[in-house]
Amino acid sequence: MTQKHSKIETLNRREFLKSSGGIALFIGASGIFPALVSCTDTKKIQEQFEKHAITAWVKISEDGQIIIYNPASEMGQGSMTSLPLIFAEEMDADWSNVQVEFSPQESDIYGSPGWAPGSKLMFTVGSRTTNSYFNTMRTAGAQARAILLHAAAQHWKVPVGELSAENSVVSHTGSGKTITYGELIPYLVAGETMPDLSEVPLKAPDKFKLIGHEIPRTEIPSKVDGTAQFAIDIRLPDMLYGVLERGNLHGAKPTLLNESEILGLEGVVKIVPYDYAIGIIATKLELALKAKSQLKIDWSTSNASGFNSEEIYSEYKKIANQNQSGEVIINEGDVSQAFQNASKVYQADFKNDYVYHAQLEPLNAVIQVSEDLRKADVWVGSQQGTDTKLGVPRVLGIPPENVNVHLQYLGGGFGRRSLSDFVEECAVLAKEVAPKPVKLIWTREDDLRYGTFRPMSLQRIKASVDVSGTIHAFSHTVVGDGGNLVASGIRNDHYAIPNQFADWRSTSHGIRLKHWRSVGHGPNKFAIESMLDQIAFDQKISPVTLRKKLMINSPRALATLEKAVEISSWEEPSPEGYAKGISFVEHGSLGTGVVEISLNKETGEIKVHRVWIALDAGTIIQPDNVKAQMEGGIIMGISSALKEKISVVDGQVQQRNFNDYSLLRMQDAPDSIETVLIPSGETPQGVGETATPMVAGAIANAFLQLTGKHLLHMPFTPDRVLEALNS
Amino acid sequence: MASYTLNINDQTHKVEVDKGTSLLWVLREHLGLTGTKYGCGIAQCGACTIHVDNTPMKACVLSVEDFSNGEKIKTIEGLSEKGDHPLQKAWVEVQAPQCGYCHSGQIMQAAALLKNNPSPSKEEIKTHMNGNICRCGTYLRIVQAIQLAAQSQ
Repeated sequence: MTQKHSKIETLNRREFLKSSGGIALFIGASGIFPALVSCTDTKKIQEQFEKHAITAWVKISEDGQIIIYNPASEMGQGSMTSLPLIFAEEMDADWSNVQVEFSPQESDIYGSPGWAPGSKLMFTVGSRTTNSYFNTMRTAGAQARAILLHAAAQHWKVPVGELSAENSVVSHTGSGKTITYGELIPYLVAGETMPDLSEVPLKAPDKFKLIGHEIPRTEIPSKVDGTAQFAIDIRLPDMLYGVLERGNLHGAKPTLLNESEILGLEGVVKIVPYDYAIGIIATKLELALKAKSQLKIDWSTSNASGFNSEEIYSEYKKIANQNQSGEVIINEGDVSQAFQNASKVYQADFKNDYVYHAQLEPLNAVIQVSEDLRKADVWVGSQQGTDTKLGVPRVLGIPPENVNVHLQYLGGGFGRRSLSDFVEECAVLAKEVAPKPVKLIWTREDDLRYGTFRPMSLQRIKASVDVSGTIHAFSHTVVGDGGNLVASGIRNDHYAIPNQFADWRSTSHGIRLKHWRSVGHGPNKFAIESMLDQIAFDQKISPVTLRKKLMINSPRALATLEKAVEISSWEEPSPEGYAKGISFVEHGSLGTGVVEISLNKETGEIKVHRVWIALDAGTIIQPDNVKAQMEGGIIMGISSALKEKISVVDGQVQQRNFNDYSLLRMQDAPDSIETVLIPSGETPQGVGETATPMVAGAIANAFLQLTGKHLLHMPFTPDRVLEALNS
Repeated sequence: MASYTLNINDQTHKVEVDKGTSLLWVLREHLGLTGTKYGCGIAQCGACTIHVDNTPMKACVLSVEDFSNGEKIKTIEGLSEKGDHPLQKAWVEVQAPQCGYCHSGQIMQAAALLKNNPSPSKEEIKTHMNGNICRCGTYLRIVQAIQLAAQSQ
C-alpha cells in the first residue's frame, strides 16, 4: 500500500479527466453501465458524460498504480481503508499499488442506498458506512475486473472464461500468458462494445485475500508525521480569518454595543451580524480572536432562559407519572394485564445529564466564494449530509453543482460533524469578502458552549416477573427532548419478553441537541441492562442466567453472551474489592461486554480495570480496526459514564473548556480491553457505536455486585457514588 | 507588530506579529507548520505539544516573544527526517491513531519521555502522558507503542 498524504485533490468529474493521464474505469451510477475512457481522449470523455450519468471509482495508470475513490468521511473509523479494500478485493487489485483518495462529493453518483427506497446518501452517520457500501463497492470492483478481463480476452482472442486475475495480473490458463492491469491499458476498449456487466459474479468469501485479513490502515503513516491534512490546516493565498461570538445562552439574540471600537481594532476587516452571534473577519487569526475578546454584547433572553438542568428532573418525574402515554414506540402483548398478574413488580427511574461531543479538532471550515458570487470551494471535515453540499448552495443562492466540496480528514466526528451549521456560518463570511477565502475557527469555548448535546433524559422502567421468576412484562418510558435522540435503543428485539411497552414523552428547553455517538442507546441500554440486573439480584439468580433465558430466540445474541462469559472468566470470583458487571447491546452489530471495577469507598471514585467484549458484526472487513473501534467506544463510554456532564443554569451552559468538562485521561483508562470477533458470513454491520452503550450498564451492574447499591444517574461522579453508597 | 526570529527544527524563521501572539498561531498560521494542533488553547489537551530546548511544552499558552531568543523549538515536522523515529514506527506498527488529530502532540510528549527515560514502566508512561487527551480513546495503543519503541531503541 502506498501512501498519499499530499493535498487531496478533489475535482469534479470533468476536471478530473482533463488533468490526468492513465485510464479511468467508469461505472454507471446505476451500477449497470460500465465504460472505459482514456483520460487523454477528451472528446470521448465528453461523449460519455453526455450519454450517461457515469463516474469513476478507480483509475489505473500504465505503471500499475491504482487509485480507488472513497466516498465516505474518514474520522478515525477507517473508511479510507475499508471501502477501497472491498473494491480491491473484487477487482483482484494489487493492494501494494493502491492509493486512496476521497471521491467527489456527489451523492447521486457516489452515494450508498439511503433510508428511503431508491434514495442515495453520502452520509457517514449511524455506523452505516461499511454496511451500506458493502454491495456497492463489491459490485463496482467486480465490474472493473470484468472490464479488464474482457479487454485481455479481446487482445489475446481467447474466451474470457479461460482467464483469471490475481494481484493486478491477468493469466490465460491454456497458454500460460500473463499481462498486468497496467499493460492492458492500450487494449482497453470503449463502452459500446462492453458485455452486459449488470450481474457480475462476486467472489465466494473463502476466496477473500483482503477482506477479513490484517491490512494496515492507509492513512495512518500521515497521522504520525504531521502531514495528514485536516480542514483547520488549510492555508490559501490572501486568506482571512473568521470567528463568531455566540454566547452561552442558546437562541439568544445579540446587540453589539461597541461596533465602532471593534472596527477600529488592528486587522479587523468586517463585522458580520447573525441572528444568534456576532462575526468578525480579520486579517490574522490572533487579531480576530483579540477583537472577539473585546466585543461588548447585550444578549436577549431565549427559549432556554429560566431553564435549570439540575432541577428539571422533578418535572420529568411528573411527566413519567402521568397516565397518558407519549409517542408509543413498541406495544406488544398487554403490560398492564401482566403487571396485575405478576409475582413481583420492579420499578426504577434512571437519569442522564447532557454530554458534549468534544471532538478534538474544533469546528472549522475554509470557503472561497468567486468574485461574481456564483461559485464556491469548500474545504471541510464533514460527516456530509442529506445535502452533500452542506447548506452552502442555499446560503449563497447558487445551484449545488457550483459548489465544490473538498473533504478533509475529520479530527473526530461522533455525530457533531453531521450538522453543517459551521459550514453555513463560514459561507456567510466568505460571501462578505469574496473572492478572498475565509477560514472560520470555533474556539474550544465556542465549540463547547454553543455545542449540540446528547439530551438529558429520565427513563422510567417498570418490569415484572411471573411465578416462575421469568420476566414477562417490561415497560419503558423515556422523558426528554429530541425524539429519536432520546428514544433510540429503547427496543428489546433480542429479549423474549412477551409483554413490552415503550413510549417517548416530549420536553423542550431550547438547548441545542444532536446525535452523539450511539445516540439514545447510551442512556437506554444503561437503564434496561441495569433493570435486568436489579431483577436478577433480587431474584438471586445470575445476571448471565437471566439473560440467557431472555435470548432464547436470538442465537446470535446468545453467542456473544456466552463468549463474553468465557473470555472474562465470569464464573471465577474477582479479587477482593473488585467486581464484574455485564451488559448486552445491539446497534447493527450485537455485542456483550463485561467490565471489572473497583471502588474507592472514601472518595467515591470508580475505576474500570479490565474490559471484555464479544462481538458479532457479520462479515468483518478489517479485524484489527474493528477491535480499535471497540477500544475507542469503551473509552468514550467510560468517560461519559463516569465524568462527562454539561449543566445549564438559567439557560446558560456552565462549562467552558476541558478544565471544567472532564474527559477520561490516560491514567484512568483501563488496563486492558479484550475483543473477540465471532466468525460470521452475514452482511457486515456497523461497529462504531456498539461498545459505548455497554459501559454504563456494565459498571452499574458491577457496582451492584460490589455494594448491593444502585447507580441510577449518569455520570457516576464521586458525589453521586457516595450518595448511592449511603442510600 | 514586531519582528521575531525563531529557531524551529534547526531552521531560522522570521515572523512579523504582535507581541503576545501565541506560539501555536505563529507555527500554524504564519509558518504553515500545521502538524502541531489546536485543541483547547488553555494547555489542557496537549494537541499542541512541542519541544523547547528538549522539554515538552504546550505551544498554545506560550507567547512568541519568550521563544525568539535562540531557544530550540522542535515540532512534529522536525522529529525525524522521514517519519521514522522509533516512536513513529511503533505508532504505525500498533495502528495507534484513529482520527489522528491529537497524535502529533502524543508523539512529541512521548518522545520527550523516552529521551530522559529509555525504558519507562507502564505507570511512568501513564503519568507522563496524562496531559494529552485522546477523544477517540486510543490510550491503550499509545502505551503499547511507547513500550514497543522503548524496546526497539
